[in-house]
Amino acid sequence: MTILNSSDEIKKRSDDQIDHHEDYRIFGLIIFLIADGMTFAGFFAAYLTYKAVNPLPQGSVYELELAIPTLNTILLLISSATFHKAGKALFNQKNDISQKWLLITASLGITFLICQLFEYFNLPFGLTDNLFASTFYALTGFHGLHVTLGTLMILIISWQTRINGGRITYKNMFPLEAVELYWHFVDGIWVILFIILYLY
Amino acid sequence: MTILIDNKAKVKESLQPKGFLRYFSFSLDHKVIGIQYLVCGFIFYLVGGTLASAIRIELISPLSDFLPRDVYNQVLTLHGTIMIFLWIVPVVNGAFGNYLIPFYVGARDMAFPRLNAVAFWLIPPSGLMLISSYFIEGAAQSGWTAYPPLSITTPQSGQIIWILSVLLLGGSSIFGGINFIVTILKLRRPGLKLMNLPMYCWAMLGTSILVVLSTPVLAGTLILLSFDIVAHTGFFNPALGGNVVVYQHLFWFYSHPAVYIMVLPAFGLVSEILPIHCRKPLFGYTTMVFSIMGIVVLGLVVWAHHMFTSGTPPWMRLFFTIATAFIAVPTGIKFFNWVATMWGGKISLNSAMLFSCGFIINFVFGGITGVALAQVPFDIHVHDTYFVVAHFHYIVYGGSVFVIFSSIYHWYPKVVGKLLNENLGYLHFALTFIGFNLCFAPQHWLGLNGMPRRVAEYDPQFQLVNQISSLGALFMAISTIPFLVNIFISIKKGAIAGNNPWNGLTPEWLTTSPPPVENWEGEAPLVREPYGYGKDYLS
Repeated sequence: MTILNSSDEIKKRSDDQIDHHEDYRIFGLIIFLIADGMTFAGFFAAYLTYKAVNPLPQGSVYELELAIPTLNTILLLISSATFHKAGKALFNQKNDISQKWLLITASLGITFLICQLFEYFNLPFGLTDNLFASTFYALTGFHGLHVTLGTLMILIISWQTRINGGRITYKNMFPLEAVELYWHFVDGIWVILFIILYLY
Repeated sequence: MTILIDNKAKVKESLQPKGFLRYFSFSLDHKVIGIQYLVCGFIFYLVGGTLASAIRIELISPLSDFLPRDVYNQVLTLHGTIMIFLWIVPVVNGAFGNYLIPFYVGARDMAFPRLNAVAFWLIPPSGLMLISSYFIEGAAQSGWTAYPPLSITTPQSGQIIWILSVLLLGGSSIFGGINFIVTILKLRRPGLKLMNLPMYCWAMLGTSILVVLSTPVLAGTLILLSFDIVAHTGFFNPALGGNVVVYQHLFWFYSHPAVYIMVLPAFGLVSEILPIHCRKPLFGYTTMVFSIMGIVVLGLVVWAHHMFTSGTPPWMRLFFTIATAFIAVPTGIKFFNWVATMWGGKISLNSAMLFSCGFIINFVFGGITGVALAQVPFDIHVHDTYFVVAHFHYIVYGGSVFVIFSSIYHWYPKVVGKLLNENLGYLHFALTFIGFNLCFAPQHWLGLNGMPRRVAEYDPQFQLVNQISSLGALFMAISTIPFLVNIFISIKKGAIAGNNPWNGLTPEWLTTSPPPVENWEGEAPLVREPYGYGKDYLS
């Protein structure tokens, strides 16, 4: 059997006997994000418990500056809005505008990561200095991993929304919608993380 | 928006190997994946059973003469991990879930066939990785709970491989859970309402909710533990200012629901098997549904009853004692529903039915000791003794594994098209039931008299009872032989089963045996009353 045969078969079968069913991939993704959120919930619970019952030993350094994380919060909130713009543009069949908004979103994500690294290098404590330092790096690092993956996915879909030959069009919006949902989720987690880790 | 996810998958499949070879391929057919889960799980069951035999041989004499002490610790860690993560969880969820759920909801496959295949193919490599860790500086030694600081201070490579392997298995479990939730909620054929579904669907829905909510917490915890081991952070290391109780809380937040992940699907399977062989409708369908969901909710808020001796404050002990005792209510409802289903029925005592009856007897006993263990004064007395071992095995072996065997006898004719030999089945049941009770019932006495668990050496006064227990283990080991002989002989020489040997009404019996690739030749049948026995056209 050749490849040609099988694509013929797709066409033939899609014409008559295959059951069309709705696209449940977004629903599946939502369940996955709930699961992912539970990982963060476990981390937050551990952090808050430590804060309540494990006092730091004398002379431990644990101070956080607010300037960079506040800037990072603003960056991520803006990037959620720009991603939404990209989705709207694609829905209106303006692929080039959509691609521009996606690239802006990705650059906001990259700026976030650079700021995060800058913060890491300027903190007065390291990973193994004390319990809160370890928890701080574990939480922000795990979130940073999510931002990194999200940025890579945005770059991929921005390539796929190109006008000539891109696979993502207004007819096939699933990849963009999925990454957008994931990106909003990562933003939401950051806001909770910012409140718990820096403000509380 | 409609798209054609299915059709590409199916064309791919037509290019895939046929016959026996398809069980070794990345098949997208839910029935093939179900059998892959079952056979893979059973191979790991044989490995875990061999390790259990090693433990029982060691415990024949009070001294550690058969295994060195550290090897004994590795053997019991591997036994626990393999039996839980590679045998019971994948088989009661993955194997029967993948095989049956698409039939029950009237679909041609699961919602995400590729994700389904990925979820299965994560299991063999992680299982092999886990076992191979024994040959590299020794396997993990800290039990299946991996409590720090023990897991931080024992040799590292085995523990790290253990963590990686459990993380992969957790990922597989989450992918499976997502698939089941979407399939059950969204892929039902038109006209099929949630309250018309066979009970196993409800059990799998509840189980999958538990999987999705609790497994990620275990994953996060194990990542932190691996940081403690590799990077010398102090999350769970008291020497570095950490807190071991936080690990226990996070671990049991997964591992208590894990007990329900192992036993809720078994409840569902029993609820399928009993009505067919008793020729009566399932008693109390609605109460059954609500008790499953009640167990899901309560199961998430009882975890600290594993930690009554970990310095938990009194209010916490009180809350978790009461919450745990409450679980007896929905579980009791289910038990009485099963008994009422059998009451006055035309019971045919074949092998499947015998194993289900064995399940009910064992499970009630394990449930009663469970309620006893929830009481703080009693729990403090028997904590970390053989009483806990006995209780746990009455739930997971007497409960889940009996149901797995029952289900194999029940659905083998559908999968293979041949009937299993009943006489070998009776022999298998007799050996398993007698061996199981001989092995684990005396351990209650051992625990009440203070024999600690997880140690290779014990006080000589316990020798006789330990030898009785080991004799039971020998019976259980022998019981595997008639079962395997039966399975292999019946493939070729079994009597032809026909499409519906038990006169069942649930949808999987309404297709051919074995079923075609897309489950039905025509449209999926609409079964509004999956348990309508004795009501209209069947006796």
